Amino acid sequence: MSTRTSTTPVTPRSMGTRLDRVDGPEKVTGRATYAVESAAHDTGDPLHVWLVQSTVAKGEVERLDPAAALAHPGVVAVLDHTSAMRLADTDDGELAILQDPRVHFRGQVVALVLAETSEAAREGAALVEVSYREEPHEAELREDNATYRPETVNPAMDTDTEDGDVDAALAGAAVLVEQTYRTPHEHNNPMEPHATVARWAQDGTSGEVLDLVDSTQGVHGVAQTVGPVLGLEATQVRVRAPYVGGGFGSKGQPHAHVVAAALAAHAVRPRPVRLAVTRQQMFALTGYRTATISHVRLGADADGRLVGLEHRVQEQTSAVKEFAEQTASPSRMMYAAPARRTSHRLAVLDVAVPSWMRAPGEMPGMFAGEVAMDELALACGLDPVELRLRNEPDLDPETGKPFDVRRLPDCLRRGAERFGWADRPREPRSRRVGDWWVGTGVAAATYPAMKMPGNEARVTALGGGRYGVAIGCVDIGTGARTVLTQIAADALGVDPGAVDLEVADTRLPSASVAGGSSGTSSWGSTVVAAAQRFREEHGPDPAAGAEVTASAAKSPAETETANHSFGAVFCEARVNRWTGEVRVPRLLGVYSVGRVLNPVTARSQLVGGLVMGLSAALFEESWRDPRTGHVVTQDLASYHVAAHADVLDVDAEWLEESDEAFTPMGSRGIGEIGIVGTAAAVANATHHATGVRVRELPLTPDRFLS
Amino acid sequence: MGEGVRRAASGYGVRMDTTIELTVDGHRRQLTVDTRTTLLDALRERLAVTSPKKGCDHGQCGSCTVLLDGRRHLTCLALAVAFDGSEVVTAEGLAADDALHHVQEAFLEHDGYQCGYCTPGQVCSAVGVLDEAKQGHPSHVTEDLEADVELTDDEIRERMSGNLCRCGAYPGILAAVKEAAGA
Ligand code: FES
Ligand code: FES
Repeated sequence: MSTRTSTTPVTPRSMGTRLDRVDGPEKVTGRATYAVESAAHDTGDPLHVWLVQSTVAKGEVERLDPAAALAHPGVVAVLDHTSAMRLADTDDGELAILQDPRVHFRGQVVALVLAETSEAAREGAALVEVSYREEPHEAELREDNATYRPETVNPAMDTDTEDGDVDAALAGAAVLVEQTYRTPHEHNNPMEPHATVARWAQDGTSGEVLDLVDSTQGVHGVAQTVGPVLGLEATQVRVRAPYVGGGFGSKGQPHAHVVAAALAAHAVRPRPVRLAVTRQQMFALTGYRTATISHVRLGADADGRLVGLEHRVQEQTSAVKEFAEQTASPSRMMYAAPARRTSHRLAVLDVAVPSWMRAPGEMPGMFAGEVAMDELALACGLDPVELRLRNEPDLDPETGKPFDVRRLPDCLRRGAERFGWADRPREPRSRRVGDWWVGTGVAAATYPAMKMPGNEARVTALGGGRYGVAIGCVDIGTGARTVLTQIAADALGVDPGAVDLEVADTRLPSASVAGGSSGTSSWGSTVVAAAQRFREEHGPDPAAGAEVTASAAKSPAETETANHSFGAVFCEARVNRWTGEVRVPRLLGVYSVGRVLNPVTARSQLVGGLVMGLSAALFEESWRDPRTGHVVTQDLASYHVAAHADVLDVDAEWLEESDEAFTPMGSRGIGEIGIVGTAAAVANATHHATGVRVRELPLTPDRFLS
Repeated sequence: MGEGVRRAASGYGVRMDTTIELTVDGHRRQLTVDTRTTLLDALRERLAVTSPKKGCDHGQCGSCTVLLDGRRHLTCLALAVAFDGSEVVTAEGLAADDALHHVQEAFLEHDGYQCGYCTPGQVCSAVGVLDEAKQGHPSHVTEDLEADVELTDDEIRERMSGNLCRCGAYPGILAAVKEAAGA
């Protein structure tokens, strides 16, 4: 068993300097092997699994006829709710597939086809004949849906909060902004579609029973979730995720296809199966961000100081499983309004299960809040940077605790200086260059600093001055492999080249999910704890084979202070006067995120977040047909994400700082803050350019042509 | 259909297998494919050549880009039987033994990637772009169709726009292609 170890701050040597990604050569050549590819290099001759999805939104499978599929050359088996293995635990409605004939949403898995080739599996899936007894369904989020109050919102936050007399404060406010803001149904769309390779041991009496190679953000989480569903201990499920082609939250928890792969593999054990979710299937099966409706009221005194704030959110969950996006959460801590009320209400729809998408809560919530602040600045006749500076709180408004570090003003001032903000005309619609209205906008960003429990790391002396460091975390593209190598090197006082890092396997010490911008903080602190204890126990010159496994004790900051990162996003937008097209020639984010451990991978993380925010601002919107519950935009030709030509000058910089109260590395987490506030900055810039206030994403051309 | 065709006729489906030959990264490979097999699946599932990635299978993302008979090409939109005798170079084949191609070096230098999934396609596309520019092919943003192509930022962005990167590594990719173009 490992020991909980207090850490001391690590002296940075490699940390804070450039180290090229340790897995770079594998990635640029394509030798890096992603989940489903492991099957191609395997000698196990895997069967191909294809998912058959429901074509109705609600009802029951009446008849499922596999005859035509089974007659197709190469098809080996068809599994449905009558023939699939019984699951041990069906509490998680998303994962409890093929157990009964109920259909909860369009696109739900109703059968699996197993075949010798992918061509035969796909054709077989098309040949499965399914008839349904349909029931009326509800698949549209509207303002007048019936709603309920969830017990908590993601991950375990209060659903509603109320401080002070909000109605009185708003009634007495000199300036009031009262508006509704909307963000659309969005899909994560990591470039690598979800995929799982699964194999059951023939006799599952002891040890590992099920072997998975999965495209996931957390291997231990998959084992802990899927194991009990299948009637296995977590320790009986081995999960590996050597390379993962992005996740953005959608691979943070196992979805139905992982169970599907396990069920298929069980039917043909010990033969392995490979299941590659198609891009189209991802739109129904691998999570998404719910559309949100934010009703916001901001009241301020004549100087622009907030006296009251209300953020009421309506969004949707699915009938089969609850997910409540914490959209109003940033409004609880962002500004110094003495009276604040926030709430979340959910409509239950007969649709696929919403889940995490990069910065759940903060992304849609800060779109609403930061566009509202722009409107308030105009209403008060104040510069939007100045308005935010005037509303800086001394203590965290939500908890009353001091902030660990709160440098939003520094981010705003630095960004304003670099962006040339001072030259900005006060009036909207002041500048036209040729056919383009030109404007600039700003928005603040924030994201909580988090650490997750459940981490352990192992340090082993390999002899000859080399060290093995093992922790089962996953590098989904963030640069975790590289940065943990640097952290381990500095904590041990050796060169990064002397560290052999092993990750992404449940046989390694357990690690939390790559999510919530918590990876580096959680795993890094754990690696530091193990390294420091190793040195304590084995000194500077350990015998080969000396080994320590440890986990990190909580840092004082985790309980004593409110820990958040902050940023300021500045945007120049051009809107074509004839077509309404929006272009963004400049986008700059300035961040306070603690110590940046690797300037190269950090820049890519922050810029990547800004690009995803820009993409959300301009393009992203899934369209669910309320008549059928079908997401009609189910590919990359109709669900638009930013392409190269859409991304012009996008840059990020960060303030020099080190947050050693939060982690021994001084870092706070950077994975999500880049997307937060970005869409608001773009929307505010388009308003400054055109005078047209758009309160709904995406900022498509039609909105500027009224 | 030539002689390699085998019909496995039974029940509802009629499946046709064909033997073809491809040169992949310098190696001649014979393989049997279903007439429905895409070039991408032939590489990934039949030959275990997994450098080209499948991001969409519909010609919408560029992850599956290789150099096919010298030009960049989406392999998911190509049926393998139609490319009997062709030469395929993947990102893996661009690297010789231990030395990376200079475009790959530039991607490392400018961190033009994060998760790496779109990257082999980006690299092949970039190699294709450099060649197309050298040959004077214009793009949607080329002003002067007669003049030599100069790979400005806008030209590179436009020409690389068939390759989506959800990690948003475009600024790094731009810097990498620019450097490679100057090399
Ligand atoms: S996989 Fe071929 S273009 Fe997307
Ligand atoms: S590097 Fe991840 S999609 Fe491009």
